[in-house]
Amino acid sequence: MYLDHAATTALLPAAREAWLAEAAQVGNASSLHASGRRARRVVEESRESVAADLGVRPSAVVFTSGGTEADNLAVKGLFWSRPDGADRVLASSIEHHAVLDPVAWLQQDQGAEVRWLPVDALGRVSSEALAHELAAPGRVALVTVMWANNEVGTVQPVAEIAAMCRSAGVPFHTDAVQALGHVAMDLGAVGADAVTLSSHKIGGPPGVGALILEPRLSPTPVLHGGGQEREVRSGTLDVPAIAGFAAAVTHAVRGQEQRARRLLDLRERLVSGIRSAVPEAVLNGDPGTGPDERLPGNVHVSFPGCEGDLLLMLLDAAGIDCSTGSACTAGIPEPSHVLLAMGAEEAQARSSLRFSLGESTTEADVDAVIAALPGAVSRARRAGSLASRTG
Amino acid sequence: MRVIAAMSGGVDSSVAAARMVDAGHEVVGVHLALSRSGTAAGSRSRGCCTLDDARDARRVADLLGIPFYVWDLSERFREDVIDDFVDEYRRGRTPNPCLRCNERIKFSAVLDRALAMDFDAVATGHYARVVAGADGPELHRSADPDKDQSYVLSVLTRRELAHSLFPLGGDRKDDVRAEAERRGLAVARKPDSHDICFIPDGDTAAFVRARVGAEPGDVVDVTTGAVVAHHEGAQAFTIGQRRGLNLRTPTQDGSPRYVVGLDLITNTVRVGPADLLDIDVIEGERPIWSGAPFGAEPVRVQAQVRAHGAAIDATAWLVGDRLIVELDAPVRGLAPGQTVALYRGTRVVASATVDVTGTRS
Repeated sequence: MYLDHAATTALLPAAREAWLAEAAQVGNASSLHASGRRARRVVEESRESVAADLGVRPSAVVFTSGGTEADNLAVKGLFWSRPDGADRVLASSIEHHAVLDPVAWLQQDQGAEVRWLPVDALGRVSSEALAHELAAPGRVALVTVMWANNEVGTVQPVAEIAAMCRSAGVPFHTDAVQALGHVAMDLGAVGADAVTLSSHKIGGPPGVGALILEPRLSPTPVLHGGGQEREVRSGTLDVPAIAGFAAAVTHAVRGQEQRARRLLDLRERLVSGIRSAVPEAVLNGDPGTGPDERLPGNVHVSFPGCEGDLLLMLLDAAGIDCSTGSACTAGIPEPSHVLLAMGAEEAQARSSLRFSLGESTTEADVDAVIAALPGAVSRARRAGSLASRTG
Repeated sequence: MRVIAAMSGGVDSSVAAARMVDAGHEVVGVHLALSRSGTAAGSRSRGCCTLDDARDARRVADLLGIPFYVWDLSERFREDVIDDFVDEYRRGRTPNPCLRCNERIKFSAVLDRALAMDFDAVATGHYARVVAGADGPELHRSADPDKDQSYVLSVLTRRELAHSLFPLGGDRKDDVRAEAERRGLAVARKPDSHDICFIPDGDTAAFVRARVGAEPGDVVDVTTGAVVAHHEGAQAFTIGQRRGLNLRTPTQDGSPRYVVGLDLITNTVRVGPADLLDIDVIEGERPIWSGAPFGAEPVRVQAQVRAHGAAIDATAWLVGDRLIVELDAPVRGLAPGQTVALYRGTRVVASATVDVTGTRS
């Protein structure tokens, strides 16, 4: 049973077809001859398709190798191209590492003065804190707050933040990798300056993504070279991947509401099932069922007394794929910076599992998890109490 | 059986895991992340916990088609092995961290965890044999006398032995390497690890000095009473040590001098001729029994004080909770903090940490 759709999800048939059709063709989209023109046409049609689906102009779509590259381009590029004296970066404390680490690097290595925006116990960024920082003396190069958190699924008030940044005249970047396909996304209406998207999280091929970038902005490139993608992102375009990505974006946007409703029902079934199977389990993040509250397919739970990685191993043995949700170093789980920022103790942070539901998830999958959990939890608890002994 | 295969990424534990799979057990591979300092990429360490080793172990698990996880026991390892190692040096003793790791981590923390998760046993690539005896499992020397690791396993209790599997106990190292080659395991030609895994540069003295502090003091020749050198901290020295003393005054007959004692109160390192290192009485603390516990009655045994040292005929008995061992022939340069393992024939029956050494005369 695959309940790790937030890590990656199955390739959609439409995306596979689009990818395969282009994979059989020759042509560099930068070449001037007929084969090049044909490839370029596919890229531009894909760009227009993505733009139309998201409510932006085609010139705003910058294709990248994925979410991490788009995040790096936005964060580093916008900081590097900042106006003189605007050395401050405002970032939420619950960003994905693809944002968190570039921001930390800018601070350590590039003279950025970083202010980490706090979150509340549900994992939501405080817009009061942001307003306070925007009003503080000193100029801000960039604000970056993710659309929805990858671990606990909390949806952030991005439209409000975008409006605040706009009136302050500060570029606003949001990592929407987890949000796309799960919440309504009219980027034209939201008005963020830079939005990160990833293909494989929505059923497109891996290795491609986009930064939806307000055309007036020219971030300093991370990759210099042939000048593709309006000189912001050099490198020969991966035409098959871009075609597959565009097909996946169309799928993600159309029928999004019905799919979200189905996922929400499954999620509530899983949450209430976990609560009765393991009464001491704690749901992390926003328990709300609204689209502005929590990603519909996200269930992130702490099991007190357990270590998440042991639970994961036991569920894996029972045929259930899930995640601890946080980053690993060579397979070594770190306590989640997201849960710590939400005020959790380290033990609670280490005791968590993330189930992320997707299109292939069924009620039977959810019920199998609920059935497997009590045994796994009691065994992990026994093992965990031994391993965490001190003194 | 459901078996955890402890996979270091070396050739031995890889072949051990492969044999467990062949035997039809349900095997899960686990790599222990023990020392975070040793995980630096590009580390040249041949210790047991680099990123390369974790990757090697993972690739073997892929090939065997078994699940594989990394267990982070670095906190336990720091408390029970590294801190203990430093504390022992601070007391002027010379600990063996690999034995302590076997005692506290590999066959304790890992085994407890495995049993709690409904596994039946932990398998490792050690060269030793567990044999079913009349009154429970017995630990015996491996068939390969050159590789025998029963000494470093002498810290296992009988309960731990009951859940330990050593699939390579009947093999010779060369054959195990050949088997790894035959199985297509990429680790077949990896060199054996020798260093202390948390001291990747091998400079134990510097590691100790950095942690216990270093106060310069005198090196005194016990035969003349003369100060023959200065040192940068007595704790970094080990009984029996010859190199690194930087003695300025040679002995009259040119014979070498060794560290024969450490006086931490006066911060003095005492050096002297080799025969001062000979001891034949050992007082051990914290005895661990892999056979029936001894009493006050003397028992004839063979004692081994180094991983690949000779076994010496001896008599052992218990005084309170202290194990007394009288050797028939002296051993040279045994430092407090080391481990004495007692055998009867090929069987390990007990071990203890050396606390005091002396001579009968």
